[in-house]
Amino acid sequence: MEYEVVIGLEIHLELQTQSKLFCSCSTSFGKEPNTNCCPVCLGLPGSLPVFNRKAIELAVTAALALSSEVQLSSRFDRKNYHYPDLPKAYQVSQYEKPVALGGCLKLEIDNEPKLVNLERVHLEEEAGKLIHSGVSILGSDYSLVDYNRAGIPLLEIVTKPDLCSGREARLFLEELRMMLLYSGASDCKMEEGSLRCDANISLRPRGSEVLGTKAEVKNMNSFRAVEMALNYEAERQRQILVSGGSIIQQTCHWDEEEKITIPLRSKEGSSDYRYFPEPDLLPLLLEEKEIRKLKAGLPESPAERRLRLREEYGLGKREVSLFTANRSLGDYFEKVGLKYKDYGNLARWIQGDYLYQLRETGKSEDALEPDKFVELLVLLDNGDINRSVAKELLAEMMISGESPSRLVSEKGLKQISGQDQLLPLVEKVIAENPDAVNNYLSGKEKALKFLMGKVMAQSGGRADPGEVNKLLKNKIVE
Amino acid sequence: MAIDFSKDVEHVAKLARLELTTEEKEKMAGQLSDILDTARRIQELNTDAVEPTSHVIEFPATMRDDLVGESLTLNRVLQNAPMREKDFFRVPGIAKNGNDEQ
Repeated sequence: MEYEVVIGLEIHLELQTQSKLFCSCSTSFGKEPNTNCCPVCLGLPGSLPVFNRKAIELAVTAALALSSEVQLSSRFDRKNYHYPDLPKAYQVSQYEKPVALGGCLKLEIDNEPKLVNLERVHLEEEAGKLIHSGVSILGSDYSLVDYNRAGIPLLEIVTKPDLCSGREARLFLEELRMMLLYSGASDCKMEEGSLRCDANISLRPRGSEVLGTKAEVKNMNSFRAVEMALNYEAERQRQILVSGGSIIQQTCHWDEEEKITIPLRSKEGSSDYRYFPEPDLLPLLLEEKEIRKLKAGLPESPAERRLRLREEYGLGKREVSLFTANRSLGDYFEKVGLKYKDYGNLARWIQGDYLYQLRETGKSEDALEPDKFVELLVLLDNGDINRSVAKELLAEMMISGESPSRLVSEKGLKQISGQDQLLPLVEKVIAENPDAVNNYLSGKEKALKFLMGKVMAQSGGRADPGEVNKLLKNKIVE
Repeated sequence: MAIDFSKDVEHVAKLARLELTTEEKEKMAGQLSDILDTARRIQELNTDAVEPTSHVIEFPATMRDDLVGESLTLNRVLQNAPMREKDFFRVPGIAKNGNDEQ
């Protein structure tokens, strides 16, 4: 029997606020352990939570960016369970009445549109961070807890089971991440844990409408890990089903070292969380005009940007994708593009040499003053310098910030062109390299390249290569 | 009441990590039964015209601005820690002796 894979994702996202969801402790990452803590986020008796307005606004902003329907009235509930990263033994979350319902994300996979629907978006508090004494949670004798993270506003996004492979899950996450990053709701840093993902995965006979028994996969620390873990788990389940076995509903832990999923425990029913309305918080009531305002303030989405880059600048797929994924590089392209209209050429320079220089120097995307970039390209377009000199100049400008025209005159890099200047060089090289000349005459095109190289060297790299090429050919045939 | 709630009491006690004696279990099973009886009486009321609510006051939640304030000092934070190791709370192993992971 042929099986199809059904995947739904739960994404957790730390919202980009300065202070925590219910108290004024700092949310900054990497602080000394347990120094961003107060009675509220430590769950000390008698402390009371107060909403952070910004967290609510960011949650609504993210929901709007995902076309999720923001609810005018939502509620917070206590999710009760014992786990040491949770100082109160319950998590303040939203269960029955989440802040937003539904929503969707449009993807393009192998040039085919793919719509991934969302179940809900809700707000909750982040838990603390555990450091295990052993290599992992499994078998560790004890753990250490840092509550700095506890109480940071956390957005949970739950998808419908609309994904059908590890690769689709990865592509969805990449697009979702970009969407949320653009919306400004979160910095989406997976390496700092501000974006995390768990997955529910099951198999069913192809064409069946009924969902199979699912496993929940956790501990996937990168998008690549999500893809690998889900492909592994799908195959594990397929082998069980093919051999006539049945799947047990359970939670699995992705082992990054071994590249396998390890079952943790049998999954309890959700009623064991004994959700009940959080008595310390009043219902969250939003006004329509507030939501409208946040909607109007939504920045351009990645999809809108792609369309604009295509239509406004006539860029190809590769450039569009680069300038969307690397937003600041795209912004830089547009800034230079205000004064330089050969967008195709500009895009090639930015994604080629400029990006290379950024990586070499480790500088930020707007390292070079746009005007100087324009100046360089104009020098090249006018034939004042040749291409290889332009590349060298770019490298130098990245470091010194010097104007290219000044560098050209200071270093005498102006392109050498015209018969008067070039002919003596060409004749000299021909006279000194009779073997190469003969080789060329006997049909070896490579020999011409060799001679070109000699002439360029003679000119200190400044000769106009097109002209040298022409002159060489003419002179040899003469 | 004829219904025996002792199983429910045991279940809830386990979830709450509470150890109860037999007498306590019996006492609480009786109390739970009384509480549910009261809830059942409330359910008999006609609430067709009443909006469901989780709170007695009709008032939107108060908000504060996103400003960072003082946190506690490290010693105050760890003052009640049952076990401390360096600047961390230390807790027993989580996924070893059949403890559940969440």
